[in-house]
Amino acid sequence: MSVVLVGISHHEAPIELRERAALDPQRAADLAATLARNDAEAVCLSTCNRTELYLAHESPDAAEEKAEAALLALESELGPALYRKRDDEAALHLFRVAAGLDSMIPGEGEILGQVRTAYDAGATGPLLDRLFRQALQAGRKARTETAIGESPASISSAAAALAEQVFGDLRGRMVLVAGAGEVGELAAKSLVSRGATIAFVANRTIERAAELTVRYGGEAVALDQVPEQLHHADVLLSSTSASGWILTRDDVESTLAARRGRPLFLIDLAVPRDLDPAIHELDGCYLYDIDDLEAVVAETLAGRRREAERAEAIVAQEAEKFRAWQASLDVVPAITSLRARAEQIREAELRRANLSGAERRAAESVTSAVLNKLLHLPTVRMKQAAAAADGVIYADAVRHLFGLEDER
Amino acid sequence: MAELLFWPALLAYGEAAVAYLNEARHPGQAGRFATWGVRVGWLVQTGLLTAQAARAEGFPWSSWGGSLNLFVWLVVGVYLIWGCRPRYRLLGLAVLPLAVVLFVLARIGGGTGIGDGSRYSNVFLVLHVGLVLAAFAGFTLAAALSALYLWQERRLKRRESTILRLRAPALARLDEVAARTIAFALPALTLGIAVGIVRLRDRGGGFDALMAVTVLTWAVYGGYLLLRRFAGWRGRRAAYVVLAGFVLVAVVRLALPVTHFAT
Repeated sequence: MSVVLVGISHHEAPIELRERAALDPQRAADLAATLARNDAEAVCLSTCNRTELYLAHESPDAAEEKAEAALLALESELGPALYRKRDDEAALHLFRVAAGLDSMIPGEGEILGQVRTAYDAGATGPLLDRLFRQALQAGRKARTETAIGESPASISSAAAALAEQVFGDLRGRMVLVAGAGEVGELAAKSLVSRGATIAFVANRTIERAAELTVRYGGEAVALDQVPEQLHHADVLLSSTSASGWILTRDDVESTLAARRGRPLFLIDLAVPRDLDPAIHELDGCYLYDIDDLEAVVAETLAGRRREAERAEAIVAQEAEKFRAWQASLDVVPAITSLRARAEQIREAELRRANLSGAERRAAESVTSAVLNKLLHLPTVRMKQAAAAADGVIYADAVRHLFGLEDER
Repeated sequence: MAELLFWPALLAYGEAAVAYLNEARHPGQAGRFATWGVRVGWLVQTGLLTAQAARAEGFPWSSWGGSLNLFVWLVVGVYLIWGCRPRYRLLGLAVLPLAVVLFVLARIGGGTGIGDGSRYSNVFLVLHVGLVLAAFAGFTLAAALSALYLWQERRLKRRESTILRLRAPALARLDEVAARTIAFALPALTLGIAVGIVRLRDRGGGFDALMAVTVLTWAVYGGYLLLRRFAGWRGRRAAYVVLAGFVLVAVVRLALPVTHFAT
């Protein structure tokens, strides 16, 4: 039985192609079920960056054709972007995907959940079941044993992580959002996901601010009320399209006494900037603009790439374990036949011995133990030989020596 | 024989100090070695102190070197409460090199030997030395936390791009833990001073320079807690006060004890 992978990903296929081949979870499950007919196993992994079909079948060529046809049925222009991998190569690819090593942002965390969803919805048998379980394990291991997924990879998550560097836990921290555009909303979402509370949303058009408060809570206020409400906030997130500063050093300085040493973290995502850079000079005030955040993200991404080298080694180790296990499958039929033949002989001899109940139980126990001890070493050696690619030779030798040819 | 325990303890603390330095340069690799170095060193030093206590005829840490030995053990012990958490590992950069230096000084001062402690011992002496040293250990840790605060605050002010790669505890957390440590240490110092005064009345003797600086230390940390509570002193200013208090602790511990222990 072989593993076959056919798929497209962000490496070769542009977004226009990928979106046409993307499947929702239900369609992915249906496709896997369709492909798994006729003694095959199938899993369909579909995310915004990839659509991949994993099949396990006795005939890898036929499985590959079937998978290819299924993908081309989704989008006929996929052909040049398709990649095909088998067995060891396919396993290593899946392990790298699960570890986030094949992602646009190395180590991104979402993919592990997507692999699990695909596995749960797939039509798996012994081979793909083992492959996906091991891939999930490799993904988890790469994340726990390296720092590949630890640092933020986007401006909004970097802003939230920096706020955590000031306050620690963001639960109960008050956020003042100035500007209700998409950029600000993303950053606000990131802060809220870490436990922060939106206290106020200030915007030039108050209706738009009110829309945001419906989603994230807080009170909608006019933009010119930002200095007035500042003393309530721990974090100010600004992304307006104002042409000048909406908050000056003097505005912030006048609130410092009321803050009683409470730090203030200011995030300026606007271009041109909303916040007077001199605010950063004030004691307990930390102002980061878009360039500062971009520099932090670039550094964390570089760190992720360095960690990726360590994660690659972990993934290669796990892939090797899978290869050894898959190779051992070649000798399983020979081992099963050998054990069945030995058991058959043991039972036949015991029947002929004409023993009493107690004698029979004792003899059964002794002969079983002898048989297990005798067959243990050959079983282990055959599995080892299989891992080293000599499994078929050993299996043939065993079949020949013990007369198991007819039981193939 | 038991005094030889000094060497493995020193080796373990030294290993931890070097590992912390390495951890600061390459995060995630040496942190565990550092933590284990601290744990092993502290356990071995506990063995040394136990042997000293078992074989001494009186209170074994009433000499300058002996009290320094006990002080190092207390500092590392207090540090272990926080230092095992990955985020607080960098604190070891401030604590462990200091522990190594003080431990060596304790050795030079004859404080790590067995059976050569003071023959004089009573409950007042034990309480006085124990409480004052425990308080000083707390102040030392608070100073390390404040130093880490200032370093982290400087990185945030400089907008260092590596700030999320080499992560220290959050500023608010460092500030709060330092204050809490002082809030625990100050009552211990107060009691230690009170017991010392009772002992002084008992045995007679005058008010020496060490006592004056100790009272000043008490006033600085007391002032710190009051300013924090009533004037909202937090952050950088508060960290500087804690470090100023620690300078006095260092003076008390290192420069003046010769006169105090002589009385």
